[in-house]
Amino acid sequence: MNRFSFYIVPCFILIIVAFGLLKKIQVFDTFLSGAKEGLMSTFSIAPSLIALITSIAMLKASGALDIFSSFINPLVSKIGVPSQVVPLMLLRPISGSGSLALLDSIFSSCGPDSQVGRIASVLMGSTETTFYAIAVYFGAINIKKTRHTLRSAVIADLSSYILSCLIIKIMFYS
Amino acid sequence: MLNYIWAAIIIISVVCSVVTGRIECVSDAIFSGTKNAIDLLISISGMMALWTGLLKIADKSGITVILSKCFAPILKKIFPEYDNNSPVVKTICMNITANLLGLGNAATPFGIAAMKEMNKTNLNKNIASDSMVTFMVMNTASIQLVPTMLTILRQKHGSASPFEVMPAIWIVSALSLIVGVCFSKLFSKNK
Repeated sequence: MNRFSFYIVPCFILIIVAFGLLKKIQVFDTFLSGAKEGLMSTFSIAPSLIALITSIAMLKASGALDIFSSFINPLVSKIGVPSQVVPLMLLRPISGSGSLALLDSIFSSCGPDSQVGRIASVLMGSTETTFYAIAVYFGAINIKKTRHTLRSAVIADLSSYILSCLIIKIMFYS
Repeated sequence: MLNYIWAAIIIISVVCSVVTGRIECVSDAIFSGTKNAIDLLISISGMMALWTGLLKIADKSGITVILSKCFAPILKKIFPEYDNNSPVVKTICMNITANLLGLGNAATPFGIAAMKEMNKTNLNKNIASDSMVTFMVMNTASIQLVPTMLTILRQKHGSASPFEVMPAIWIVSALSLIVGVCFSKLFSKNK
């Protein structure tokens, strides 16, 4: 399984470039224009990333997160949720760069291969910025009443949260 | 919304550090925080550029069109009122494919186009129809095959195996997508 994972990225690149050549695409030029877009969109999140990573670093250094964790730990530990991922669960539906900043701080304090790091990874990978997406889509076509959208989306997010904790326990720690 | 959250984080951390006597740590964190943000950006930008470049090739060579045809039968079940050849189903297919490949910038325009198409046959233009709600829920659940940013971030923090969480992510994504779609159908029946 571990050796297999080394094949994924190189083979993926091979398939895409070969298929592009086969379809007579200017693969190099196309790559450049795509990479340029990628670079620009990555750096366009720089201001919000600086603002959020700095504020989260401040929050951690102030000890406020520890106090918060010690409050909620008795509540969430019963259902198998580590208290370190609770801030991520709260911020994830609202802000993409904010949750990225939190994930970065979880990885540097607990490590990506710890139980908390793995749960945070699955949680991040299996959810979206729900509230932001709803605002963009329905805002674009001027829908005022979203009816049962929010309820359904939040239920889906909550099920992701609970399943992330469960699946890591089953796959890595049983 | 982030307006208040960000301000609250800053106010809480400064007030809390004064109370707990950790103002020095917070002062240090401000300097290291800005540096960490730029470090993070620099370390992810190379891989992100490579990825978006490759996906552009994939997109242009028609992989997205081929993939999107595979979803038509499933979509027929979720959106029974639309014909398979209707512009609604076509744009939804393209939206799903772009989401699967992680082409966020491409997925949103397709998604909005699909919403516009659905709104054409919507009786009240200000109120979301059942299908619009279901489609919206599908877009708030992540269905990305390779979560690029996450993998790069795991690698950056020295993960022994950045990809090891992927099967778990696929399972959780699929299950929560099913939960979301089922609940949206359920809520639409109990008006």
